[in-house]
Amino acid sequence: MKSGSNLEKILKAGHFAFTGEVGPPRGANVEALREKVSYLKGNVDMANITDNQTAMVRMSSWAASMICMQEGVEPNFQMVCRDRNRLAMQADILGAYAHGIRNMLCLSGDHQQFGDHPQSKGVFDLDSMQLIGMVKKMRDEGKFLGGADIDVPPQIFIGAAANPFAEPFEWRVHRLAKKVAAGADFIQTQCVFNMGRIRDWVSQANDMGLTDKIAILPGITPMKSVGMAKYMKNKVPGMDVPDEIIKRLQGVDKKKVADEGIKIACEQIEEFKEMKGVAGVHLMAIEWEHKVPEIAERAGVLPRPEV
Amino acid sequence: MIIADKKPIQEIIDQVSNYERILVLGCNECVTVCEAGGKKEVEILASVLRMHFLKEGQERKIDERTLERQCDHEYLEEIRDVIDQYDAVLSLACGVGVQFTAEKYLTTPVLPGVNTCFLGANEQRGMWTERCQACGECVLGKTAGICPISRCAKRVMNGPCGGSTNGKCEINSEVDCAWQLIIDRLKALGRMEDYEIVAPIKDWSTERAGGPRKVVREDVQV
Repeated sequence: MKSGSNLEKILKAGHFAFTGEVGPPRGANVEALREKVSYLKGNVDMANITDNQTAMVRMSSWAASMICMQEGVEPNFQMVCRDRNRLAMQADILGAYAHGIRNMLCLSGDHQQFGDHPQSKGVFDLDSMQLIGMVKKMRDEGKFLGGADIDVPPQIFIGAAANPFAEPFEWRVHRLAKKVAAGADFIQTQCVFNMGRIRDWVSQANDMGLTDKIAILPGITPMKSVGMAKYMKNKVPGMDVPDEIIKRLQGVDKKKVADEGIKIACEQIEEFKEMKGVAGVHLMAIEWEHKVPEIAERAGVLPRPEV
Repeated sequence: MIIADKKPIQEIIDQVSNYERILVLGCNECVTVCEAGGKKEVEILASVLRMHFLKEGQERKIDERTLERQCDHEYLEEIRDVIDQYDAVLSLACGVGVQFTAEKYLTTPVLPGVNTCFLGANEQRGMWTERCQACGECVLGKTAGICPISRCAKRVMNGPCGGSTNGKCEINSEVDCAWQLIIDRLKALGRMEDYEIVAPIKDWSTERAGGPRKVVREDVQV
């Protein structure tokens, strides 16, 4: 065991992992956060706690991760390269570990231009690939980046992101290979809507032997409305929403669109359960946390195994 | 070269409004090539200022001069005998020239007439784009001659990030994704195997992070 986290144990035992996601509040509203987390309790193996996602200021991801832990859900502490230099990163990793956090997701972060502080200075001291390598060095060598010994190194299960839908497609799997080489233990992908493309990407990863070395969890986001689907297709960078998805949502009664969205998500999960090289799925029910119990139930991933 | 852009005229007027005798001082190097602070721009700006103050019913002494370089002691000495005739110098050089002029003439206010923007190239007439951030440790040999530090919005050393779409950057669909360019060129060079190498964490101490920088070359010192 590298970290002994619940996710690591689930994967090691060969179970199909099911992870969730919670965005910290835009303020210190602890009760709102506890409520969001409560919907995930018992329904997921781990919850990603986002780090100033879309470059909007929120409660810090390590602090929200701790509250998540208090509520009985294992957190996946997300860290972006946009907001911290290597000193702050290493300090926060140690602090998070000291408080019991065992999983991390290493990300570049959306550019600050997208958020509510576009005048800010992006740090980008490291990139996401280098952040993975740094956490691995801290964990496996017990060394800071600067070379000094760490007095009790952090045992972190290292996560990374992949977007099989961004360009250039043919080199996306090679970037995955680099993340494996850098030291990532698991991958959570961008929201999947184009199943054809993810099949190709996973099969390339299988051919390159990458899926033997790393657990891949494709991202699942149920569409709440036709508007959301169109927005994701047209406005969100790196998102690939095929027209069939939009047509399918448009094809049902207005009151049934959200239900159809969940249906599509469940069909995707069913396919991923059988797909060689896929170790689980990551559910990103954006501002729809209260639906997680229903989605988990309908996706047939309950009860979550105790490991 | 150093790329500069014009400052809004109102900002310039506000800066010089308290001075009676003003020298508009151009530079014959980068700012001339990027058409922001050469002889031509000095003439135009001086005329605009004269007209402005005339309209206000004020006559001010506004003179023009363009030096070969403002980042060189030798050329800055050329105005030593006239500097006392002015209450302020409005320099159209880059930030280097403005500061060098100010350092040389301690008691004369030296005001910036342009905004210094970046190190770039003239991509087409009237358009300049950034190419270098002067990080002090060039990586172009490893990135197919395309700089991820100056051309990737996130300075990603192992790109492309997840925001690359149709060869463009997530921040703006008119900005090329530097990593798409790097991959395209690595392919053209038949060196795609270079892409597989994880770029090590960069030492930013040679960049501005290390404090004000200095290059000392004993071999050329006299």
